[in-house]
Amino acid sequence: MGHIRVTGLGKAYKQYPTRWSRLAEWLIPFSPMRHRQHWVLQDVNFEIAPGEAVGIVGVNGAGKSTLLKMITGTTQPTCGQIQLEGRVAALLELGMGFHPDFTGRQNAVMAGQLLGMQVEDIEALMPDIERFAEIGEAIDHPVRTYSSGMQMRLAFSVATARRPDILIVDEALSVGDAYFQHKSFDRIRSFRKAGTTLLIVSHDRSAIQSICDSAILLEGGHMVMHDKPEAVMDYYNALLAEREGQTVRQELLDGGQVRTVSGTGEAGILSVRLLDERGRSIDAAEVGQPVTLEVEVEIRQDIERLVLGFMIKDRLGQAMYGINTHRQNQALEDLRAGERITYRFAFVMGLGKGNYSVALSLSRLDSHLDRNFEWRDYGLVFHVINNRQEDFVGCSWLGASTSITRHAHSLAERAP
Amino acid sequence: MLLSLYRSLHDYRGFILGSVKREFQARYRNSLFGALWTVLNPLSMIIVYTVIFSHIMRARLPGVDDGMAYSVYLCAGLLTWGLFSEITLRSQNMFLENANLLKKISFPRLCLPVIVLLNAGINFAIIIGLFLGFLLISGRWPGMALLALVPLLALQVLFCAGLGMILGVLNVFFRDVGQLFAICLQFWFWLTPIVYPLSILPEWVQRLLQLNPLTNLIGSYQNLFLYGQWPVWSSLLPIFVIGLLLCAIGLRLFRRRVGEMVDEL
Repeated sequence: MGHIRVTGLGKAYKQYPTRWSRLAEWLIPFSPMRHRQHWVLQDVNFEIAPGEAVGIVGVNGAGKSTLLKMITGTTQPTCGQIQLEGRVAALLELGMGFHPDFTGRQNAVMAGQLLGMQVEDIEALMPDIERFAEIGEAIDHPVRTYSSGMQMRLAFSVATARRPDILIVDEALSVGDAYFQHKSFDRIRSFRKAGTTLLIVSHDRSAIQSICDSAILLEGGHMVMHDKPEAVMDYYNALLAEREGQTVRQELLDGGQVRTVSGTGEAGILSVRLLDERGRSIDAAEVGQPVTLEVEVEIRQDIERLVLGFMIKDRLGQAMYGINTHRQNQALEDLRAGERITYRFAFVMGLGKGNYSVALSLSRLDSHLDRNFEWRDYGLVFHVINNRQEDFVGCSWLGASTSITRHAHSLAERAP
Repeated sequence: MLLSLYRSLHDYRGFILGSVKREFQARYRNSLFGALWTVLNPLSMIIVYTVIFSHIMRARLPGVDDGMAYSVYLCAGLLTWGLFSEITLRSQNMFLENANLLKKISFPRLCLPVIVLLNAGINFAIIIGLFLGFLLISGRWPGMALLALVPLLALQVLFCAGLGMILGVLNVFFRDVGQLFAICLQFWFWLTPIVYPLSILPEWVQRLLQLNPLTNLIGSYQNLFLYGQWPVWSSLLPIFVIGLLLCAIGLRLFRRRVGEMVDEL
């Protein structure tokens, strides 16, 4: 149970030049093909052993969702085969088919029926579902009165009420509050321990590296790599770097973030990169790793003074660290149009695990309020992972070195 | 093939029955009169037609004198036509309306037409039940011939389901089908002797209307309820054959296009 085998899988969408050509193709016998095949996924082969956890990575449009949809069975492959053993549960679109006018309980029953369960089965599972969802009395109120987080909780609880043999998870899981996120992730982990095969799509490097046994990289509808998660993620990052940040921009939009670039434009930022010790571009750094933030700036008009500042923000937008060349007494003066400047800020990555973004500003003085040449949010997004240091708590790494002295309790001294 | 179809539907019986129940509840959930609206709708139509045709236009059925007879005649045709139009209209939109479900969740797609049929069946059962009650009270109970209602309805459902399936699949790929069929239904209604008796038409038009497979079916209902006559089974052979044919074509179309359908939604 829990075995997945995919052989020669491909998916093409039909594209007809006009609406009439489909009709013509259907009605005229022996007529030539009038549509063009648009391949979104081609020649995908892999096998997942029971109990294995596999991550699927790739930029948007690489075919990840299409692959998952075919494995769950909502979309039919154009060619190739998928063999699944065991019961499949998919956490792709949670809360699909919830009817606002019915109570949470009624909707839970309905959602269970959509998964092929009978009413009696669901009734038996209901106490569990209620306990896990933790929405209290709201379970008997109409779903239209729910917050989206509550809907999520209920939907997740129903979808995972029974341990499936194969669990398919899309990154959509990152909704809901932090407490429930952890709770749901724990449940997924416990399923895995119990032998559930796991298939996860995520952009989150640490998620993939911490859970998965292997990862599959999709690129342009082809399977480029199937290897250890670290190897695949490194290759993936190199692939991203090769595209000079273009894809990184897509990633940003994907996370719901909007990059804001504003300013008068006398000077502009050409590129922002995070480099490791050997000068290679990375998008994930280890805690304690020496890194360099490299910013390339272009001068478009003559300006008398230029200050570059950067600020590292966490996932919630809180400033972690910010500095500018004015405060470092390194402001440049008398710049000519056409000049190019490379700034390198070297530091040791002292942040905790997580996602961070870098905002940048080009201005005349300390504050960008005076003259703002360019202000750029999300100039760069990077991850911090922790494989080298001990697993610590918090957003900054202080690298405490510990010395402990034990004092022997000498009974003899105290003896009267 | 049919066995595996049946088995997958059987596994999802909970979903099918649940959907039917839920749809029925959803329709009346926030209304005060609830299921009464299912009745009031056709009732108002019957009153309008009865008033206009029976009283204002002085239409009388040949050989029957009282005005009530016309109402019974009208009901026999109108209620069963209602079943026909409900199934076909709902069927042609069943895949489009459930696009979200089809795209996101994997379940036997054939559940959807079954849900449509069951829902239409329930609505029809309510109305026909009231109609039968009315016949009983007014002393027009058709007698033993009422047993013929079962095969007649089975025949009608066969025809509707086949036609509905074809329309439903085609409508996904060509949205014109839905628009076109709504117009066709208008003409079809008036080209079927429901509001008027077939016998008031000229001979050649009567022969022409025989080409309409519903003419004899609706006629059978009318004779059944009005005169308590058993249907002339041979006259229903064409609609039976056409119904089988439509079902075969519909299923074939469905099986061939079901995968492509999800891509189009």
